[in-house]
Formats: sequence, structure tokens, C-alpha cells
Amino acid sequence: MPILAIQLTNINKYFGNVCANKNVSLTVKSGTIHGIVGENGAGKSTLMSILYGFYKADSGSIGVLEKQTTIRSAHDAIQAGIGMVHQHFMLVDTFTVLENIVLGTDSSFSLRESLHASKLELKRLEKEYHLEVNINSTINKLPVGLQQRVEILKALYRGAEILILDEPTGVLTPQEADHLFRILDELRGQGKTVILITHKLREIMDITDYVSVMRQGEMVAHRKTSETNREELAELMVGRKVLLRVEKKPANPGRKILSVDNLNYKDDSGISRLKDINFDVHSGEIVGVAGVSGNGQSELLDIIAGINHLQIGSIRINDHKITSESRVDAASMRRLGIAHVPEDRQRIGLVTSFTASENIILGYHRDLKYNGLIEMNNDAISKSCLKQMEHFDVRPLNPLLKASLFSGGNQQKMVLAREIERNTDLLLVGQPTRGVDIGAIEFIHRQIIAMRDANKAVLLVSVELDEILSLSDRILVMFEGQIMGQVLAKDANERDIGLLMAGISKETD
Amino acid sequence: MSERQVNDLVVTLVTVTNLLMAFLISGIVIWALGEDPWFALKTMLYGAFGYDEGLGYTLYYTTNFIFTALGFAIGFHCGLFNIGAEGQAYIGGLAVGLLCLWLENWSILIVFPLAIIVSIIFGGIWGAIPGYLKARHGSHEVVTTIMFNFIASVIMVYLLSHVLRPPQEMSPESRDFAENVWIPQMHEIFSWFGFEITKTPLNGTFFFALFCLFLVWRFVWFTRWGYELRTVGTNEFAAVYAGINVSKNIIIAMVVCGGLSGFVGINEIMGSSHRIMLNFQAGIGFTGIAVSLIGRNHPMGILLAALLFGILYQGGAELSFEIQTIDRHMVVLIQGLVILFAGALENLFRPQIEIFIKQVFMRNL
Repeated sequence: MPILAIQLTNINKYFGNVCANKNVSLTVKSGTIHGIVGENGAGKSTLMSILYGFYKADSGSIGVLEKQTTIRSAHDAIQAGIGMVHQHFMLVDTFTVLENIVLGTDSSFSLRESLHASKLELKRLEKEYHLEVNINSTINKLPVGLQQRVEILKALYRGAEILILDEPTGVLTPQEADHLFRILDELRGQGKTVILITHKLREIMDITDYVSVMRQGEMVAHRKTSETNREELAELMVGRKVLLRVEKKPANPGRKILSVDNLNYKDDSGISRLKDINFDVHSGEIVGVAGVSGNGQSELLDIIAGINHLQIGSIRINDHKITSESRVDAASMRRLGIAHVPEDRQRIGLVTSFTASENIILGYHRDLKYNGLIEMNNDAISKSCLKQMEHFDVRPLNPLLKASLFSGGNQQKMVLAREIERNTDLLLVGQPTRGVDIGAIEFIHRQIIAMRDANKAVLLVSVELDEILSLSDRILVMFEGQIMGQVLAKDANERDIGLLMAGISKETD
Repeated sequence: MSERQVNDLVVTLVTVTNLLMAFLISGIVIWALGEDPWFALKTMLYGAFGYDEGLGYTLYYTTNFIFTALGFAIGFHCGLFNIGAEGQAYIGGLAVGLLCLWLENWSILIVFPLAIIVSIIFGGIWGAIPGYLKARHGSHEVVTTIMFNFIASVIMVYLLSHVLRPPQEMSPESRDFAENVWIPQMHEIFSWFGFEITKTPLNGTFFFALFCLFLVWRFVWFTRWGYELRTVGTNEFAAVYAGINVSKNIIIAMVVCGGLSGFVGINEIMGSSHRIMLNFQAGIGFTGIAVSLIGRNHPMGILLAALLFGILYQGGAELSFEIQTIDRHMVVLIQGLVILFAGALENLFRPQIEIFIKQVFMRNL
């Protein structure tokens, strides 16, 4: 058994003039779980893509299981014994588990024979690693956690000795994540090597043996997990001290701003997405909506923001009641006092090919102050853009730069600047820190709390439970379109919320 | 050099390279036919620019292409691929013609603004129907606008052969309008200032086309309506998020497209033929698509590309007249090559040019 699973030496990778990896060296010991942490754009994904053959390094050498290897494609990587579980699963939705696993590795011309041969091998793998999954069910009928298990099985079936997992817990409930970690533990016990890419420091501390930290394309530190802590890792990632917990005063809820009454919603294909939703949001409080992504949170935000049409039930904002008969769109909801930071800033919140100043007026382009009689008042727009960018520390400070050229964190600050500066009664925020680096997260959280402290109402949707717990004053948990329960933040703990997220309420427990 | 300047330079060089490639291959074909490509080029340029009559024709064609290219560009900025400029120009021209027949005793100072309005209305309606079908029912505008080209064509054949043709005439044309609704032609305008130039179909509409270029530029990039249009065209989700009515913008864009294309009728009917003719718009609408794409859907680019196609049309005619072995199909070949390289294979040389420019200008970065 080789002692070293992976040896990367002086890997360099440039995209044009941008350096994605600079003299990166990494050694991973066999039979360990090795974490790689870093902010977005730190070069983790590039490094793993080089290892898995998606990119070719400009220079440097790769050793796998103590053998010098050239990896030109994913095929080479698999041959060398590397398996990868991508953040977005690479499965054919309408195929069965078995078909997905066998796909591309068929041992015989006859599909039936291949399937039979693999069945036996799969049974062995399942037993060995406790990866039970019904191999005859189709992928789209399986919960996300099981789909991920199929991905792991697939990699093992292809003979992987080294398994790379890219942000594996992003789509899982805390319980599912725990289960995944038990599987990883099992794999380690059987001598497999696991490389875990994540930005969640808690996971690093819980499961890994070693951890490597990347910052701006460089490997800045290697640590034994038992000899480090979250604060040190965060500091290494960002390059300065960061506060992981946001300081905030107790909430002081005032009058009712938003009340949602008996909301039901079916999507275009007739699937029920929201069922009997009732809740209120008061001024001076942050109400957090927790839940695994895809359980109706997005639809809820979109309906309140006026993007999706309200079907059954009603919404009351201040004194305006909105029912299915009201003809509202996002513009009229804005006039009623709603600001909306959408969940997906690149697809919805920004027009990435427009300049920063064109984006800063998105949704407010009809405002009198931005318009002359016929043409828009470009002076006023640039001035207001510059002011907002300064306020929210958007870098680079250039209103004429295309939005796509800003980093994720700065794009998000731009959207937040636009919506928060409106100073509306109600702020809807979806995934405020998705794809945003730690330094900016701290800033964004402080802005949202400042909004609350200015006696505004905030409705926060996030799949990051940590974020919900640290920002919210009150927490609603959604599962399959229903509100499973409501918890005051001061009484909340991760386990209870995790159970609610998985659809297990206290009554049925 | 800033990022933006580098980008502009790359775009310019890419376009120029593509055009050079098209001309190079045309040259090879001419050489293979046993003619001198260099002489052919000189003949073509002389035909297009060398004397006032040639220049007049060149600019006259340019005027038409400006209108239909703008009619395509507006739609493009709204995410639409308007193939219907041909039909919109046809119907717009019909409206202009009918107006002139009706009000032929009125002053041109009144009829001209009215002609603009009716070509906007009729061309606009011809664009609005596919726009409505797209916005409401999701029918693809490429399919519907092509169908509307055919519908326009059939309507015109019927009207010209059964309704508008004077009884004693054989050809499917209306009668001539009275002279006082003719748009002054360029030689007349020049003669007001004491200059003598050869008579060509080039007329005052050319200045109106330039004005339209300016208006479209300001409309698309400087007004909130243009802003909404571009938002719908680039990111429909963001448009809905911003409270922009997507359907309304699609319909408005198609109306503006149709209106602009309809102005071809003013140049052709009111400015040149002075009667409604069959197929007066032939090919102008389709060429407009190529002009707009080569001009990157920007008014400045469209002006240059329209001029290029004006040169190809007029210079090409001169070429087939001068050199007997080169017939008019050769000219179509050259135009086709230009469209192939500058339109379809637009990014063929882009990577190499980008690398070259970056090596030359951004070495220090």
C-alpha cells in the first residue's frame, strides 16, 4: 500500500493573465480524509480540475499513489484511481441507479449481461461501505442524499482509491450530512483516501485528519486538523482576522409589516409548491426561513416579490391586501415598500453584461430622479451608483465596468446596495452570502442587521443553517412546501431544526 | 491601453480580417475565371465611388439597408430575430404609396411627415402581429415573420394586379403619383445650391436615414424604454424581477422594427419609382439582417456595413457590366462570402487576433 495518495508539486495554472494556481504543492496521505478550504476563487476547484483532468496545468507534476502520472482527461484520472463527486451530480435522471453506475463501463456488448455482472460487484461494494441504496429505483425518485450515495458508489465501482468530493454538503440536511460523514469515515477505515473541498469550517473540524488552506491561488498553510481551530483557518483563508459570529442586540419587534395568509401555490406543471403558508413579519425583526433548497422557499420569496403570480391565499403589506385578483408585478410590489435581494444574483438580480451603473437602476429605472423628459439622467445614475458602491465597499469602484467582471462577493454587494439603500419597510433576502467570500459575508451580515436595527422588517431565506441561526430572531422551517415549525432563535438548536428540515415534526417524533 | 480599448480594437480587427478573407477568396475565384482580380477590385471601387452617378447609386442602396438593418437591430436588442423586414418594408411601402395616390395634390411638407406616420403604422402592424403571437402564445418570431413575408407578398400581388393597376396598363404597377409628392432627389437638392450633379435615385430620404441612425442610438442606449428593451433581450428573468413587462416590450420592439423597415417604402416609392411596384423591396430586408449583424447591431456599425453593401451592390453592377466573364451571379457570390465570413464565421480568427493584440499591447501586464 503506497503511503502517499497524491503528490502535487509546483502546479501553475493561468487563465489568460489571471493566475488561478501559483506554485501549488499538496501531499495527501493514503487512508486519510484531507480537507481543502479557501474562499471562492481561491483556486480549489481549479486544482481539483487539474487533478481530475478537466484542465491541464501549465507546469508542475502530479503523482498518484506514488507514481508520476500525466492526466489529460477524466478517463486518465479514473484509470489512475481517482474518483470525483461533483457538486452538481452527473446522473441521468430517468435511468435506474444500476444503469447510471454501469453507464460507460459496460463489460459486455449485451447490456443485460453487463447489468448482471455489475449487480454482484455492486452488492459487494454496498455491503463493504454501508452504502445501501435500491439499485432498481430511478434517480429522480431518490432524495438528494441518496443520489449523492449513488455518485460515490459510481466512483468506487470504477475502482477509485482516491475520492474527491466538491462541496458535498451544500444540498444536504444536517442529518444527511452526518450520514455522509459516517460513510466517509467507513471509506477511510477501508484504506481509501478522501479529499474534501468545502468552505464550511465546521465540517473540516469534524471529519478531516489534515487540512490545506488556499488563498488567491496559492497554498498558504497545511495543518493537522487536531492542531488547529476554526478561527485560525478563517484567518488563513481571508488573510486577516474575521468575526465568525455577528454581534447583534436583542430584537425589538414593532408593528406588523408583512402577513402571509393561507398561501398555496402550484407551479406550471401542476406540482404543489406551497401549502397553507401562514406567518407574519414585524418591523425590527429578522425572520429566517430555513430548509433544504427546493422546498418552496424560492417560490415563497418570488410570490411576495411579485415575480410569481399569487394563486390562493393573500398577502398583506402594511395596509395593502393582495389576493389572486390583484394585478401586481415586481414593480408594483416595489412601490408598496418591498426591496428584494433575489436568491440567484447572476440569473435574476443582475444583467451581467450591463455596466454597474445600469445594474444599480435595475427595477428602479423609472424613478423620476433617474429620468429626464425623454432620455435618462446619466449624471444622476452614475452619481447614485458611485455613492452606493462606496457605501457598500464594492471593488473596483468603477460604475462603467461590466457586472460580470466583478467577483461574486462584489456583485452581491451591488445588489444589496441597490435594495438596501431604498430603505423600504420590508427587505426580502434570498441566499445573501451564496458564493460570497468570508470577508464579504461579515459585511453583508452587518448590513442586514443594520436594516433590522433601523426598525425595518427582514425576511431571510437561506440554505446555510449557520447563517439562519446567527442572523434570525425567529426561524421558520420549510419542508415540501409547508412550514414545519417555528422556533425563536434564542431557543433554537441545530438538531431540532435539522429534524424539521427533514420533515419530522415534534408531534410525530 | 484599457481593457475596453483592447476589446474595441479586437472587434475592429476581427471584422476587417473577415472582410479581407471574403475579398481574398472572391479574388481567387475571379483569377480562376481568367480575369485580373486587381483590375476587378479597381473597377468595383470606381463603380461605387469613382464618379457622382456611381456614388449616388451606392448611397441610394445604403439608405435602404440602413432602414432594414435598424429594423433588425432593434429586435435583436430585445432578444428577437426579426426576419420579417422584407414584408414589413413591403407593407410600409404600400401604405406610403396609397397615401401619395390619395393626397397627391397636397404639399410634400405635409405628405412627408404623414408618410412617416403611415409607414410606421402599417410596417408596425406587420411587425406587431408576430410580436403579439410571440408574447402571448410563444410562437417563434422567425417562423411567423417569414410567414408574414409571404402573406405580404401575396397581398401585394393581388392589390397590384387587381386593384391598383390602371385598366389600360399591362404591368402590375400603380399609376405614377403627381410630382408634388415626390421627395426631392439629390441632383435637385444640389441644384438649389447651384451645384450640378448627375441624376440618380438618391433622394432626401438619405438624410432621414442618417437621422434614424441617430435616433435609434439615443433610443436604445439613453432612454428608459431602450433600457427595458435591452434588459428583456439580455436577461428575461432579470426583467421580470425588475418589474418590466416582457410581453409589452416584445410587441413594442416589433412595432419599432416594422416601422423602421417600412421606411424603405419612403426611399423607394416616394423618392425613386414614384409608383407602387411589384417586389420593390426585393432582397433589401434580408440583406438588412446581414448588414446589422456585420455592424454588430450598433448604428455606427450599421452605417459602415450598409455603405459596404451599397458598394457591393453598385460596384458589383459596374463589375458585371465592365467584365463580360463576370456576370451578376459573381456579385452575389462576393456578397455571400462577405456574409459567410463576417456573419456566420464571425469568430473564426478571433482567438488568434486576441492573442496577437494581447501580446502586442498588454505585454507589461
